[in-house]
Amino acid sequence: MTASILIEAIQLLIVALAAPLLVGSVRKLKARLQGRRGASVFQPYRDLRKLLVKEAVISENTSWIFRFTPYLVASVMLLSSLVVPMLTTRTPLGFTGNIIVLMYLLLLATFFLALAGLDAGSAFGGMGSSREMIIAALAEPTVMIAIFAIALRVGSTSLDEIVRRGADDSLLLLNPGHLLAFVAFFIVALAETGRLPVDNPATHLELTMIHEAMILEYSGRHLALIEWAAGMKLFLFLTLLSNLFFPWGVARTLEPLPVAIAFAALALKVGALAAAVAILETSIAKLRLFRVPELLSGSFTLALLAVISFFFVR
Amino acid sequence: MTLVKKIWTTPVVTEPQGVIIEDAQIEIIARQIDERARKLFGRSLHIREVDAGSCNGCEIEIVALNNPYYDLERFGLHFVASPRHADCLLVTGPVTRNMADPLRRTYEATPGPKLVVAVGDCARDCGVFAGGYGVFGPVSAVVPVDVVVAGCPPTPPMILSGILAALEKREQRQVEITQQ
Amino acid sequence: MTINEALMLNLLAGMLSSFGAGAIGALLCARWPRAARVVGHTFALLGALLALGLGLAGLAGGTVSVSIAQVLPIGGVALGVDRLSAFFILVIAVAAVPSAIYALGYTREYEGRYSLAGMGAALNLFLASMSLVVMARNALTFLALWEAMSLASYFLVMTERDDRETERAGWLYFVMTHAGFACLLVGFLLLSHATGSMEFAGWQAGAAAVTGTTRNLVFILLAVGFGSKAGVIPLHIWLPQAHPAAPSHVSALMSGVMIKLGIYGLVRVGFDWLSGGPAWWGGALLLVAAISAVLGVLYALVEHDLKRLLAYHSVENIGIILFGVGGGMLFQTYHLPALAGLALIAGLYHTLNHAVFKSLLFMGAGAVLHATHTRNMEEMGGLIKRMPQTAVFFLIGSVAIAALPPFNGFISEWLTFQSLLLSFQIPDKAVNLTFALSVAALALTSGLAAACFIKAFGISFLALPRSEHAESAREVGFSMRAAMALLAVACLVLGVAPFTVLKFLSKTTSELLGATPDMQFTWNRIVTGGSFATVSPLWIAVALAALLASIPITLRVFRANTARRYYETWGCGRAVQTARFEYTATSFANPFKRVFSVLYRPVKELAIEFHPESRFFVRTISYSNEARSIFDDAIYGPLNRMLRSFAQRVRLLQSGNVNVYLLYILVALVVLLVIAR
Repeated sequence: MTASILIEAIQLLIVALAAPLLVGSVRKLKARLQGRRGASVFQPYRDLRKLLVKEAVISENTSWIFRFTPYLVASVMLLSSLVVPMLTTRTPLGFTGNIIVLMYLLLLATFFLALAGLDAGSAFGGMGSSREMIIAALAEPTVMIAIFAIALRVGSTSLDEIVRRGADDSLLLLNPGHLLAFVAFFIVALAETGRLPVDNPATHLELTMIHEAMILEYSGRHLALIEWAAGMKLFLFLTLLSNLFFPWGVARTLEPLPVAIAFAALALKVGALAAAVAILETSIAKLRLFRVPELLSGSFTLALLAVISFFFVR
Repeated sequence: MTLVKKIWTTPVVTEPQGVIIEDAQIEIIARQIDERARKLFGRSLHIREVDAGSCNGCEIEIVALNNPYYDLERFGLHFVASPRHADCLLVTGPVTRNMADPLRRTYEATPGPKLVVAVGDCARDCGVFAGGYGVFGPVSAVVPVDVVVAGCPPTPPMILSGILAALEKREQRQVEITQQ
Repeated sequence: MTINEALMLNLLAGMLSSFGAGAIGALLCARWPRAARVVGHTFALLGALLALGLGLAGLAGGTVSVSIAQVLPIGGVALGVDRLSAFFILVIAVAAVPSAIYALGYTREYEGRYSLAGMGAALNLFLASMSLVVMARNALTFLALWEAMSLASYFLVMTERDDRETERAGWLYFVMTHAGFACLLVGFLLLSHATGSMEFAGWQAGAAAVTGTTRNLVFILLAVGFGSKAGVIPLHIWLPQAHPAAPSHVSALMSGVMIKLGIYGLVRVGFDWLSGGPAWWGGALLLVAAISAVLGVLYALVEHDLKRLLAYHSVENIGIILFGVGGGMLFQTYHLPALAGLALIAGLYHTLNHAVFKSLLFMGAGAVLHATHTRNMEEMGGLIKRMPQTAVFFLIGSVAIAALPPFNGFISEWLTFQSLLLSFQIPDKAVNLTFALSVAALALTSGLAAACFIKAFGISFLALPRSEHAESAREVGFSMRAAMALLAVACLVLGVAPFTVLKFLSKTTSELLGATPDMQFTWNRIVTGGSFATVSPLWIAVALAALLASIPITLRVFRANTARRYYETWGCGRAVQTARFEYTATSFANPFKRVFSVLYRPVKELAIEFHPESRFFVRTISYSNEARSIFDDAIYGPLNRMLRSFAQRVRLLQSGNVNVYLLYILVALVVLLVIAR
C-alpha cells in the first residue's frame, strides 16, 4: 500500500517537475543545432515562476470556460501521469483505464482548450481552435489503429499489460508491425503535442499558429498552467512512446532497486526521443496546413499496415 | 543529408570572443541583466515589439538580436506573439496618429508588472519626422516609458543595454542611453 | 415489492389510460389552449413515469402478455414484455419524462398560434404507440402500431404547418416512412409465409427452416425498412429535414427515441426472429454503420442550423450504435456469443445514452430557439452570459455526445471500441480487416464529433452575440430548465455509474443470445476480455475533481498572483471590437470542408460589388460556400426523375373516361379468374 502510494507520488512528481526540463532541453538542443547558445535548460522553470507573479489580463468577452480551462487541462495531464506505466508494470492506479481511456482524457483537454480559444471572440483563437480540432480529429484514427496494432501483438489494451508482455517478447524490434506502429504513433505524437512539421511551437506569426493561437489570450497564472500542461503532454507522449514500444528496464515489482533502474532507463529513453524531436525540428520545415492531412493519412497507412502485417504474418 | 552535414560542421557562432569590441560589451551587459532581472522577472523577460510608425531600420537591428550571433534567448529574453504573454514592450518609430491608439491598447493589454523601452531617435523625439502631419508625438506622449535607447538606428548591443536599464531604473523614469 | 404479472399489468394499464386520458383530455379542452396544454402534457408525464416503472420492472425480470383477439384480424392484438422490450420502454420513458416536463413550458408560446389540443393528443398517441410497438408480439399488431407511431409523429412535425419548409419536411418524412413501411410489410409477409406464422414466437421457432434467397431477402427488406426509420445513410434524407421542423421536445423524442425503434427492429431481426445469418449481414451493417457515422458527423460539421446539426448527429450516433449491433451479428456468425453479447451491450448502452444526451441537446437548442427565435448559429453567440444554466446543460450534453469522460457517451463508445478490438478472435482475415477499418471509422467519427460540438457550443454560446436576437436573449422558464437538469444529471450518472445499467443489459443480452457477455463489472470498474481492458469511470471523475480542486490550492501555497484585470480582447490594437471580428461557424468548418472536399463538393460563390467611383473600394461582399449532398445528387435526384417519367407514362392509362375504366375492371377480373383457376 505504502509502496503503491509512493510510486504514484513519484510518477506525479516526475511528470509535474520534469516537464519544464524536457521542454528546456529540447529548446537547448535545437539552439545548439542552429549554432546558438540558447537559453539554459532550466529556462522554462523561470518562465513559469515569472508568470505566476504576474497579474492575469482577461478579455471582457470571456466566460467561466476561459478561466476554468487551464485548471482542467493541467488536471487531465496530472491524472494521466498517474495512469501511464512510467516506472513499473504494476502501476497502482493502472485500473483507471486502458490506453483508449487515456487518449479520450487527452481529447477532453483539447476539447476545452479549443472552447477557450473561441471564448474571447478573437479571430486568432477561433482559427487556432478550428485547426487544432481538424488535426486532432484526423490523428484519432491513426491513434486507434496503432493501438489496435499493439493490442493484436500483446493481446491487451491495458497499459501495464502492454508493457509487461512487450518486455517478455525478446524479438520485439524485429517485428515489422511493431516498428510501423511506432512510426505511426510517433507522427501522431508530434501532431498532438504541436511540434514540427505540424505546428511550430516557436512561431510569432498568428496566421501560422495552431496551438499558440488558441492560447493567445492567456496571461499570468493561466498561461503558466497551460504552458506547464503542454510540457506534461509532451512528456507523457514521449513516455508512452518509450515504454510501449521499447519496454526496456521497466520494473516488474515495486522494490526500490528495480524502480531506480527504471527511473534511469526512463530518463535515457525520453532523453533520446527528445533529442530525436529536436533534430527533426531542426532539419524539417513546417508543413502547410492543408498538407498536414497528407502526413496524417500517411501515418494512418503505416498503422494500418502494422495491423495487416499482424494478420498475415501470424 | 547536406543539411545534417551543415549542422554538424557549423560551430556555435554566438559571441566568438575578442573579435569585435561590441561582443565583449554584450557579455557584460548580459551578466548585468542576469543579476537585475533575477529580482524582478526571475531571469525571464518576454518582449513584445510594437512598431508605432518606424522606418523599419530599428526593426532590422532588433531582428538581429534573434540571430545566432547575438542570440538573445540565452539571457532568458524571448520575443512573444501577444502582449498578454509579454513583460516588456519594445516600441520603435515616431508614434503616428494611426498608431497612437493601438499602442495605448497594447500597453493596456499587457499584464503588469510591465516595462516600456523606446528604441531609436524617432521613438525618443520623433527624429527627422518631428512636426510631420501624420506624427502624433514621441512614445512617451502615449505610454509611460521606462527607458529610451537613442540612435538611428541603435545597435543590437545598445538595445540590449536599454532593456537592462529598464530593469534597473524602474523607480526613476526616463533614463537615456546615448551612443558613446 | 415483488414484480409479478399483476403489477406489470397494472403499470401497463395505468400507462395506457394516462396516455389515453391525455389525448382525449387535450382534445376536449380544444377551446381552452392553456388547459389543453396542461392536461395533455401532465397526462403524458404521468404515462411516461408509469412507462419508466414498466421498463424497470420488465428489466428486473417481470413479464406480461396480453392478447385481445377481437380488435384486429389475423391474430388480434398481442402484447408482451421481455427484457429487450423492457429496455426500449425504459429508453422511451427516460426521454419522455423530461420531454413532457419541458413541453409544459416550451409550448406556452404556441398558445393562440397552433392547435395545442391536436398537439397534446398527437404527443400522447405518439408516446403510447412507441411504448406499445416494442411490446407487439405479432406482425399485424406491430405494423398497426408502427404506422400509428409514424402518423402521430408526422402530425407533430407538422405543428408549425404555416412554414413552407415544415410542409416540405413533413412531406418528405411521410414518403420515406411509408416507403420503409412498405418494405417492412413485404418482409413480414414473406417471413410469415415462410414460417407459416404471424406470431413473433412462431418466426423464432421456424426461422431455421427459412433458408437461401428468402432468408436473405427477408433480411434485406427488414433492414431497409428499419434502417429508414433509424435514419441510416443513404436512407437518412428525411431526418435532417423533419427533426428540426418539429417542436423541440418532439425533436428530442424523435431523435432520441423514435429512430431507436429502428435499432430495436434490427436487433429483433438479427438476434431474435432470424437469430443469425451469413457473415455478410453483419459486414453490411458495419459498412452502413461506418458510412452513417462518418458522413453523419461530416454533414453536421458544415451545418449551421443548430437543430439540423443535431439531427445529423443522430445519423452519426445511429452509426455508432450499429457498430455494436453489426459487430454483434458478425460475432454471432462466428459462434462467439460472449463477444456478441459485449458488442450488443455496447450498442444498446449507446442507444440509451444517445436518448439521454440527444434529448438534452435538442432541449438546449429548443431553449436557444425559444430565447433568440433563430436556429441559425451565425446569429447566436454570447448566450453563456445570458442563459448561464442552459449553457451548462448544453455543455454537458456536448461533452457527453463527444464521448469524453466522465460522461455517459464515453462509456458506451469505449465498450464499442473494446468489442471491435476483440474481433481479432475471429479467424478470418477479411473480417479482421473489416473490423480494423470500423475501428478507424469510429475513431474518426469521435474526433470529428468533438470538433463539431466545439463549433456548436463555442459559436452559439461563447464570445459576443452576433445579432440583436442573441443580444436580448433571456434564460428560459423553470420547467424547461428542470427537464434539462434531469437529463444532465442522467448524463453524469450513466457516465460514472454504468454498472446500474450494465446489470440489466447483461441479462438482456444473455436472454437473447443464450450466453453471458465477455465482461465483468463492479460498482467502480468494467473489465472486458479477461485482462484486455479496464476502465473505472467513477475513479476518473473523482480523481479529476480532486486534482481540479488541488491546483488552485497549490497556487495559493506558492503565492501566485491572483489578481485579475478585465480588458478588451487582443485584436492587434484595433480600435473597435465587434462580433463581426469573431470566427464564424462557416470559418470554423472551412478546414474540414477543404480536407473532405471530395465528399462535400462545395460550391463556392464570391460576389463583390465595387464602388462606382473606384474599383478599390468595396461596397458589399457576399461569399457562400455551400456543401451539396452527394445522396441527393446521386440517388434521390435520379430516382425522383425516374418516378416522374414513369408517372408520365402511366398517365396515359388514366384517360378520365368511365367506359375505359370499366374496361380495365373487366380485364382485371378476367385475368384474375384465369390465374385463380
